[in-house]
Amino acid sequence: MLDLQNITKVFYPGTVNEKMALDNINLHVNKGDVICVVGSNGSGKSTLFNLISGTYPVTNGKIVFDGNDVTASPEYKRAMTIGRIFQDPTKGTAANMSIEDNMITAETKGMKGLRISLNNEKRELFKGMLESIGLQDRLKDNVGLLSGGQRQALTLLMTVMSRPKMLLLDEHTAALDPRNAQIVMDLTERFIKEYALTALMVTHNMQFAINFGNRLIMMDEGTIILDVAGEEKSNLTVEELVRLFRNLRNKTFDNDEGLLTKT
Amino acid sequence: MCKGFYMIEGIFVDGLVFSLMVIGILISYRILDFADLTCDGSVATGAAVATMAIVAGFPIFVALLLAFCSGVLAGMITAAIHNKLKIPGLLAGILTMTMLYSINLRILGNKANVPLLRVETLYSKLPQALSFLPSEWASLVGTLLVVLFVKVLIDIFFRTDLGVSMGAMGGNEQMVISQGINPDILKLMGIGLSNGLIALSGGLLAQYQGFADANLGQGMVVQGLAAIMIGEFLFSSNRISLLTLRAILGAIIYKALMFFGRKYGYLVNITPNDFKLLTGILVIASLFIAQTRSAASSAGAKKKAIARSLAKHTGKEEEHA
Repeated sequence: MLDLQNITKVFYPGTVNEKMALDNINLHVNKGDVICVVGSNGSGKSTLFNLISGTYPVTNGKIVFDGNDVTASPEYKRAMTIGRIFQDPTKGTAANMSIEDNMITAETKGMKGLRISLNNEKRELFKGMLESIGLQDRLKDNVGLLSGGQRQALTLLMTVMSRPKMLLLDEHTAALDPRNAQIVMDLTERFIKEYALTALMVTHNMQFAINFGNRLIMMDEGTIILDVAGEEKSNLTVEELVRLFRNLRNKTFDNDEGLLTKT
Repeated sequence: MCKGFYMIEGIFVDGLVFSLMVIGILISYRILDFADLTCDGSVATGAAVATMAIVAGFPIFVALLLAFCSGVLAGMITAAIHNKLKIPGLLAGILTMTMLYSINLRILGNKANVPLLRVETLYSKLPQALSFLPSEWASLVGTLLVVLFVKVLIDIFFRTDLGVSMGAMGGNEQMVISQGINPDILKLMGIGLSNGLIALSGGLLAQYQGFADANLGQGMVVQGLAAIMIGEFLFSSNRISLLTLRAILGAIIYKALMFFGRKYGYLVNITPNDFKLLTGILVIASLFIAQTRSAASSAGAKKKAIARSLAKHTGKEEEHA
């Protein structure tokens, strides 16, 4: 489904700020994979997502999606088949418009025409969909009036509405309170199952990463240091994961000490 | 009595002609969130194109259509500069506006001013076309019909899928990208439409005042913003039909204010030379009032929240006691 070949990303090349964000990454994502991506801050998780969705161009390497080379294709074109949800709940919806207007924009991907698609039939359909997130009576309210959790749930609904082939979830529950995070996460799980989506999800919660999905990737300093799937993954424990990281990189993981010590 | 009516009629026709431009500015500033200064150039382009077309003997409808198209082109140039060179819309607009000044002089045959004498214009034809009305009413009713026609078209457009996605881009460009839409194309169309309306307004204005002038556009953006802000004090809404209605009312009120400023300003020693200063102050004052209003409402909400929490805590303490 998705094939990353020798992907390298260097920021500010040739300046004092030069930074190798991704270092020769190779990753093959199979159709139906649900992959959790873990790694400390600055390990390259977000850069990886930005390259897959086309926010930045790659410095070197090739991205093949669904059999097509999309390395040079702009973000809006890739968005036709890749749905992405950001950590920031305000990024996925337009606050100045009503819920129904947001949903009609998301219903079909790509350039819009001069048709008025929003009619009562569509409103009923949207109402039904919104029941799962408890917003069925607020079609005409501006999205700006919703809470962060409600907005993120709506973003998720809008993203899966157009049936993307792949879902990129960039810590999409990290900005929410625990209760709302749980609601959005349950919804995510439900949609992934219901529509048999292929998904990549960044998370900081290692226990969660072990339980969720069929595959786990650990990143550090711009490389993938661990890639486990199936049985091997479900048998993992958090302690085991930390020990693996220590052995692989010879440093401690995910605590203050780990950020300070290098090798 | 008769003089009074002419006064009112003048304000309304002037305001209605101006309102098309205000709707154009509403589209760029409010709906697309694109600070576009092309307006100062494109309104004069519209006036110049319409005037030259009428002088050359084209029908009035064709002249206005040409004016609209010239504005669309001007707006698209601004959007293209912004899209391709990745420079802020403000700078792109200033560039186009400056270039348009020379182009407008070219269109006017290297003259700063071309009169519409001894030719049929909309305002000489309207009393004939609407002969069942008293001639003073004809200009007003005719302009009102044009403005309402445009307003309804714009209202419908912003309810189509394309129009809704333009509104979404104004609110959140990333969201539009995520829906697989190229925001560059939306900007091209949106800023084009906005300047098309502005040029159309210029085309009507030239016919109403009887000449086209290369300096016509000076300070128009600020005047348009002033009208939008006056309109926004009238009522609040997120429905497009009410937004455009508000823009039209704001335009008429602004023109009325200017009219009375011209008529009675001498009493307080204000001359038309001061109007640009006053318009700027009006915009600043509107912004200030809007800001204090929202600050006051959030301060009020804060106070209520504190009161609620206090009430909860004292309630609990009483329970303990």
